[in-house]
Amino acid sequence: MKAAVIVFPASNCDRDAAVALEQMTGRKPRLVWHQEKDLPDVDLVVLPGGFSYGDYLRSGAMASQSAVMRAVKAHAEKGGAVLGICNGFQVLTESHMLPGALMRNAELKFVCRPVTMTVEETQNAFTRKYANGQSVTFPVAHGDGNYFADEETLNRLEGEGRVVFRYAPGQNPNGSARNIAGILSEKRNVLGLMPHPERVVDPLLGGTDGRGMFESLIETLS
Amino acid sequence: MKARVFVTLKNGVLDPQGKAIGHALNGLGFSAVGEVRQGKVIDLELSEHDEAKARSSLKEMCEKLLANTVIEKYDIELKP
Repeated sequence: MKAAVIVFPASNCDRDAAVALEQMTGRKPRLVWHQEKDLPDVDLVVLPGGFSYGDYLRSGAMASQSAVMRAVKAHAEKGGAVLGICNGFQVLTESHMLPGALMRNAELKFVCRPVTMTVEETQNAFTRKYANGQSVTFPVAHGDGNYFADEETLNRLEGEGRVVFRYAPGQNPNGSARNIAGILSEKRNVLGLMPHPERVVDPLLGGTDGRGMFESLIETLS
Repeated sequence: MKARVFVTLKNGVLDPQGKAIGHALNGLGFSAVGEVRQGKVIDLELSEHDEAKARSSLKEMCEKLLANTVIEKYDIELKP
């Protein structure tokens, strides 16, 4: 599986994503600067966590207008896989590649801790190696992770099996609607989630629950 | 021409920051303060003299970047 990690000014999990990808796939991903108009020939594009453009205007808003995002959209339209983690999820909603919006955390605090979620869907390239209903723990680190969409959109996401990760009861760190932690696009090739799978692929870093996502992608895209 | 754009959360979208400001104002003794909603003001200078054109281009700016219309609404004020 060939992967690229997009680097925006003030991305800060780009290296984490690159290290996790290299560890899991055995090959270095390409790091692509936000001003690039074209993507290298890759199977997976990762939009990493961070504070792209200093979160100016709204988290992810400026990044969604960058040159590279046109190429990322084109990659997704051709069916290519896109994974947005944390700020990457915010960029995906601001780019209208995923529905809804990520608002300020309900408690108005930056939340940085491990959270337990349930894997709700495994019929996709990102979570097929997990068991349906499996409980996984990934760290979160965000101030704007409160997922919002109108009732109709939320019903559609649930009806179409596009809510992939849901915070476990009592674990919702940000007030997210219906405890949503991660969702898929209509074509199921774009996933956005607030928690960080790339931070839990090595036991030295406190857990390996994130490995399943990379194993799923490798199995699907290699 | 100068323009001022107001971006605020749509009715029905929870505004925890507005709520916190309201609580703080109540705490300061402003007991008459009820609901508080917080928003943004963006001032722009435009090299456009036709009001209708300015308004339609500002509307496009709001839809494309200045507001996230999933959660926010906007108002445009023009000053010649």
